[in-house]
Amino acid sequence: MRVSNMKRIYVNEEWCLGCRLCEYNCAFANSGLKDMVTALKGKPIYPRIRVEDNQRITYAVSCRHCTDPICVKSCIAGAMYKENSVVKLDKSKCVKCLTCMLVCPFGALTIGENGVVQKCELCLQNSCGEPACVKGCPNRAIVYEERGEAE
Amino acid sequence: MKHYVIIGNGVAAVGCIEGIRSLDKNAKITVISEENRAVYSRPLISYYLEDKTDLERINYRSPDFYDKMGCEVLYGKKAVRLYCNLKNDIDSDLVTNNQKKVVVSDGTVLDYTSVCVATGSVPFIPNIEGLDEVKDKFCFMTLDDAEALKSAVNSKSRVLIIGAGLIGLKCAEGLHNRVASITVCDLADRVLSSVLEDDGAAIMKRHLETNGIKFMLSDTVMQFKKHTAIMKSGRQVEFDVLVLASGVRPNTGLIKDAGGEVNRGIIVNDRMQTSLADVYAAGDCTEGNDVSFGGRRVLALLPNAYMQGFTAGVNMAGGNEVYDKAIAMNSVGFFGLHAMTAGVYNGEIYEEKDESSLKRLFVKDGYLVGFIIVGRVERAGIYTSLIRERTPLSEIGFDILKKDATTAAFPSNVRRKMFEGVV
Ligand SMILES: Cc1cc2nc3c(=O)[nH]c(=O)nc-3n(C[C@H](O)[C@H](O)[C@H](O)COP(=O)(O)OP(=O)(O)OC[C@H]3O[C@@H](n4cnc5c(N)ncnc54)[C@H](O)[C@@H]3O)c2cc1C
Repeated sequence: MRVSNMKRIYVNEEWCLGCRLCEYNCAFANSGLKDMVTALKGKPIYPRIRVEDNQRITYAVSCRHCTDPICVKSCIAGAMYKENSVVKLDKSKCVKCLTCMLVCPFGALTIGENGVVQKCELCLQNSCGEPACVKGCPNRAIVYEERGEAE
Repeated sequence: MKHYVIIGNGVAAVGCIEGIRSLDKNAKITVISEENRAVYSRPLISYYLEDKTDLERINYRSPDFYDKMGCEVLYGKKAVRLYCNLKNDIDSDLVTNNQKKVVVSDGTVLDYTSVCVATGSVPFIPNIEGLDEVKDKFCFMTLDDAEALKSAVNSKSRVLIIGAGLIGLKCAEGLHNRVASITVCDLADRVLSSVLEDDGAAIMKRHLETNGIKFMLSDTVMQFKKHTAIMKSGRQVEFDVLVLASGVRPNTGLIKDAGGEVNRGIIVNDRMQTSLADVYAAGDCTEGNDVSFGGRRVLALLPNAYMQGFTAGVNMAGGNEVYDKAIAMNSVGFFGLHAMTAGVYNGEIYEEKDESSLKRLFVKDGYLVGFIIVGRVERAGIYTSLIRERTPLSEIGFDILKKDATTAAFPSNVRRKMFEGVV
């Protein structure tokens, strides 16, 4: 057994306010635009994180970057891969078959603009550089930390 | 030195290579590849017709994959015969007379430590009078098929496709912008008959018809007279190009000839061992356990091929991996309408339905065993995982979950475990 020193996103449903700021920050960070108003105002947003709500509690769900990611093994296009502990999607190879969504136990992959599949890549691929959902969470209900689980 | 031989070069073979290398970085690996190409994403050949992928992006792995993995690939060569030691010999010292060899089409003979048969499927060619006389006829299984079909059609072509299954319909979608007309016939009374039931199939058929595909269901070709197909119903179809997509069969010949156990597919256990010593098999050519079906069956699906291959590879390299979570599952879209299916279709039904979407969940003995979802497919993976993991529904409360696929419906202890924290 290998201990992974990987930082992961963890959420705390007791602290989540259900404000959905994480969804907006995520959509903005991945929009490629400089200004939040231009990126989001009056437009449908396509976040890679989603606040789940069962009337009693709320919490945010995004990719868990599984140790043994079934989405990667199942991708019929060879478009998904794991690199430095991050599960990534090569959009140029994706054909939008949605097999990844068929297998993800968390429901963490979403359909973005124009039917493109998208997922959390921890904001390492965009200009934010660290998870925007974590950075912007007003109540620290989303954290990005290393818990040294066994891999 | 240890020598692993892999017969076939599809996704099951890639799984096997990556499985071997997860444990053994040094042993020699030889891949015998009948197709003269690096591994590509077979399901993408219809997207190739649509120009939604190309000869580069269709590659399943990066160009340096075999180098990085330290594999020798024998391109354009076929394994023609497999020899193995009797199972009893392995524990005794009788291995002096080693029989473990693979004969390759060019006459090369390879000795192996263990071998994985990953030979995939072969198309089923129906026996129809006059078929030999049809000049422009194609199967739709390989990138070569897709390239040949691409050059055979033009904007005036009338295409007839035999088979309204996944492959036939994907071919129809791939061709629709290139040709004048497409007619699909099938003996079944509905489209995608192996994965969809009545209502789901009706929604999908209507959607395909809206996009210009014509159907002749419960009907098939009895005879060809050059460019005319005479149907069982008595109707006649004029066509220029014919596509044969009436099904696939596991490619089991090598194991059968070697005396291994074969039913419809090559019989494998959860470690992907065949009945022959040091002989493994993975992918479309096999018949392994299906947890929702509760028995062995052929699952000719790409995720299954990868996971079986990976399991075989780990075990070939001396590890101990089991793959005991196989289920039938498929996500397929046509012209933007998606259908997701998984498991088996029996037991109690929970259903939501309207004009253009359907959700049908099957619950048996307290477990979710299958589903058919057409249209609103978001987060269907939550259902798939309940089937795969055989989660007792009594533990999670299915009343909310059946309406809305969300982890928020799970009791908090289950959810916390899933998300490894105070979720
Ligand atoms: C058009 C189409 C669409 C599909 N869509 C989907 C989909 O949406 N989802 C899904 O899950 N699956 C889909 N599939 C099925 C999927 O492609 C297969 O399940 C998968 O490719 C199986 O992988 P495999 O490695 O077992 O076999 P294959 O990919 O068939 O590879 C086997 C290889 O072995 C070679 N071979 C055979 N015999 C020998 C020999 N004696 N010596 C050397 N080489 C040999 C063959 O030439 C072949 O290249 C689709 C298939 C097709 C054709």
